[in-house]
Order: sequence, then structure tokens, then C-alpha cells
Amino acid sequence: MRIDELKLKAAQIRRATWQMIYQAKTGHTGSDLSCTDILVALYYAAMNQTPATFNDENRDRYIQSKGHAVEVLYNVLADRGYFPKSDLETYSQYDSPYIGHPTNHVNGIELNTGSLGHGLGLSVGIAKAAKLDHRDYHVYTLMGDGEQAEGSVWEAAMAAGSFKLDNLTAIIDHNRLQISGPTAEVMNSEPLADKYRAFGFDVIEIDGNDMAQLVDALETPNTPLRPKLILADTIKGRGISFAENRAEWHHKVPTAEQYQQGLDELDAEIGRLQND
Amino acid sequence: MTKSAKVGSVICDELITAANQDHNILALTSDSRGSASLTPFATQLPDQLVEMGIAEQNSVTVGAGLAHSGKRPFVFSPAAFLTMRSIEQVKVDVTYSDTNVKLIGISGGNSYSVLGNTHHSLQDLAITRALPNLEVYMPADEYQTRGLIQYLAKSNHPAYVRIGKQALPDIYDNQQQSFRGPGKANIVMDNGNDVALVAAGETVQIAVRTARKLAEQGVQAKVIDLVSVKPLDRALLNQVADQVNLITTIEEHSIYGGLGSAVAEALAIRGDTRVDIAGFPDEPAIAGTQAEVFAHYGLDEAHLTKRIMANLNQ
Repeated sequence: MRIDELKLKAAQIRRATWQMIYQAKTGHTGSDLSCTDILVALYYAAMNQTPATFNDENRDRYIQSKGHAVEVLYNVLADRGYFPKSDLETYSQYDSPYIGHPTNHVNGIELNTGSLGHGLGLSVGIAKAAKLDHRDYHVYTLMGDGEQAEGSVWEAAMAAGSFKLDNLTAIIDHNRLQISGPTAEVMNSEPLADKYRAFGFDVIEIDGNDMAQLVDALETPNTPLRPKLILADTIKGRGISFAENRAEWHHKVPTAEQYQQGLDELDAEIGRLQND
Repeated sequence: MTKSAKVGSVICDELITAANQDHNILALTSDSRGSASLTPFATQLPDQLVEMGIAEQNSVTVGAGLAHSGKRPFVFSPAAFLTMRSIEQVKVDVTYSDTNVKLIGISGGNSYSVLGNTHHSLQDLAITRALPNLEVYMPADEYQTRGLIQYLAKSNHPAYVRIGKQALPDIYDNQQQSFRGPGKANIVMDNGNDVALVAAGETVQIAVRTARKLAEQGVQAKVIDLVSVKPLDRALLNQVADQVNLITTIEEHSIYGGLGSAVAEALAIRGDTRVDIAGFPDEPAIAGTQAEVFAHYGLDEAHLTKRIMANLNQ
């Protein structure tokens, strides 16, 4: 897909996610909108994985460590054809597999996440297995910046550097906000780039809502023997003017009025991108 | 005189055999290859040993990632750390995601004794037993350890194995009778129907010694080796409860939530069988040799015999 097509796809995924959260009356709205571009860049450009190859041993793998942004993941997977879009009408309903954090009962999801600080370690295990088996698949994992306060992240980062996993790319959705407020005030994890470099990673710092920069960073090959971190500066709530950079939208559900206003903004953006 | 064997060395021996046949079998250690008796494995199969450093949480999570990619990891760590520090990783990454990780808790229970409570795991059965999709085992001798590891090397289910540090005398005469699969307990001694002693792991030998002492006093005891703490052999326990009125459980674990609790939970609905749970009381264990500590808490044959006689005379 070309960059302009990926941008349009991201806008359409934002719209579907916004709609799903409003209908279900639950979801991590701000977190979903923050990392939508990252997921689109992964699933429509960077990753060697399709629904047809999901069980192939040589597929690229994706682990969503910030599991709470599951609504956008569901919408990306549905749009890519891992399961029918109509399945998502059961989201968060009685006995549905489509619950508020990812589980491997859903086609396209590798492992269960939701408790923070697990995704990087799982990815280290998957990447290590590729090395042991001499396979050349790549492992991608998406973490939050608030998540960096979890000690297990750093156990995993140390292992990734120590094991020289150049088949691993970690991405931090660096929106600088978490549920209680600014990450720098809740628990300052900066300087993240320096920390990851010290743990043996190559670090690429980009605008994480810029599709061209995302695709470029994801497609940049790892330096041999080094894992890669993409520190993706993003805007929490991206795409909805009144939700952008507002911590309270972490898992806020829009009112009917807010929903319509947000939909109008997203439709206007989709219209602009279609005419470009 | 029966021989004695260190369970850790037996596990290493069996795992080397299995890992030579199946190169997906890996041993993960958290700076514990020596204490886990894995040095021969590390020497003979260096490509199948993954050193994780002193990072027990990450050992479990990385184990889950490896298992998800077709590997068959055995994660070794002192039971105290593996089941306490890493329990959320066990819950989420292993049991919830259903990854084929085998957790080997070494130096379990009070094995580390004078090293203090940081190193004791007297609550590990309570917490592992409560996790869905986790088998829990405690081998009692060399034969059973071999049978168990051979089973685990082929099984696709998450499991926790708790072992101790002591060299264990043989309870069984052969491997076949010692381990019969998940949810299968064994009657290792059957003198009669006065009382049944239920144990697992290192306390099976205490139960056997207690049964012999009871026999000297004219009390006919059975000894049940659970080996599979979960799933529990409910059929065998009910069969035993049909025959005896008193069951005494003996465990190197807190009296809360361990194998005694498991037996009591299984039999409570019957209303016809008294279950007396002998184990460690609700306090940090005192210091001493294992023999001293066990005697202090009444977990030796002399104290247990008195306790059982008193219960029978009630």
C-alpha cells in the first residue's frame, strides 16, 4: 500500500474503532486512537503476515503488550480478514471472545496480554526461538510509555540486548499520558531513548502519527546483533479534537453528542484523504 | 537397604535423554544451573540451555514465548521465587495463554531451611493449585521422578513440579508402578483400615515410617502417595474414604491451601471421613536442620504417631 492509502486506512480504522466503543459503551479510546497509525503501518505494510499465513512457522509475529488498546487491534484484524467484521458486534458481550484485552481465542492474536510488562519478554522468547531454529521471521511488540514503569520490561530489555536479538523490534507508543495524568509526573521513565540504547538497542525516534516515518522506521533493517526500538511520539486521542492530549480519554466513552461530533471530524478527515 | 537419589540430578539425567531425542526441549535457568543440578545438561547440550540471569519473572515469560514458537521449555528456579515472584507470569503467560511451559521449582518447601523465609516455599501448592490449566506434581523417589519427567517431556500441558534437596530413598520397586500419569495417586502401603496417611514428595517417606510405627502399636495404616497434587485422584481418595474413618495428611507446606486442603475439599461432601491436616503452621518457619524443623512442627513419625493415636481414641 502507498503512504496515502495507509493514511486513509488509518482514518477508516479510527472511525470503526470510535463507532465500536460508542456502541459497546466501553473501550480505551485515547489509547486506541494514539496507536492506530502504528498498527496500520505494521499490518498493511511492514509485517509479513496475512490471515492465510497466520499459522505459518515463518510468519512475522506481533505481540501487543499494551493490551488495553485492543479495540483498534480488533478493527485492524477484522479489516485484514482474520475474522468477519460482524463478529465485532459481540464485543464485550456475554461469552464473546472479543473482550477488553487480547486473547488467543481470537484469530490473529498470538498470546494473551493485558497485564502490562509482558509483551517484550514474550517477544524475546519468540525471537530467541527463531534464532535457535535459524528462521528469519521478525517479532514486533507495541508497548505504552506508562508501561515502562513495570520492572519486567527492563528484565526483558536486558535479555533482548544480551541475546543480541536483531530480529526484534519494540515500539513505544510515546503519547506521554497515562490514566492518572502526564507520565512524567506519574512516574518519570525518561530518557527512554538513552535507557534503551544502554540496554543494547538501536533507537529510532519518530513522529508516531506520521505514516511515512512509521513505515520507514519499521522497514529500516536492524543493525546486526542489535534489537531495535522505535520511540514513536504520538498524540493520545489522535483524530478527535476534544480527546487529543487529554488523559481522561484513556478509557472514556463518548456521549451521543460527542460521538456525533467525533464521527463528523473523522468523516471530514476521510473525505480529505480520499480527495488527495 | 534401599538406595537414595537426589531428585534434581535424576531430573537432569532424564532431561538430557529426552533433549537428545527432541531438540526443542530447552532448560532455562536463572543463574541456577548448579543448584538445579543442571551442570551436566549445560555441558552436554549447551545449545539447549538458555541462561536467563537472576530474572525469574522474565524466565517464565520468555519460556512462554519460546513455547509459543514450538519449543518445550523447562524453567528451573528455586520454588520460592518461581511460584511467588513469578506467579503472575505463570498465570498470564503460561496458564491463561496455554503455553507448554514446565516449571521446575527446586529446593521447595523448607529445603533451604536456615537460609530463612525468603527462600522457603511453604505456600506454593496453594497458589499453583488455584490456577486453572496447571498440573502440579511432587515426585517421591527416583523411579517416580524418571516416570514424571518422561511424561512431561512429551506432554503439551503446563505443569509445575516441586522438588526438594534431600536424597530420597526408593518408595517404589519400579518406574511403572511409581508414576501412572496425571491424576493418579498410588497406595504405597496397605496395612489395614484404621487410618490413611496421605502425602506427596519428601513427606511420603515420613508417612511410610509413621505407618510402620503405628503398626508396632497395633494400628493398621494405609499410605497414599498423591504425586499428582493437581489433578487430584478423587476416585482413589473416595475409595480410601470408604474404608477408613480418619485420614491424616502430611505435607511440607502451610496447613492452608496445600495437599491437606486438596484432600479435605475433595472429601468434605461425604461427611463421613475425618481429615486431619499436618503441615507447617501459619507462621514464618523457625531455623534448624530439616530434621529439627520437622520435629519442631510435629512432622516426624514420633509426633505423627501420637497425633494419630490421639485422633483414633477420640
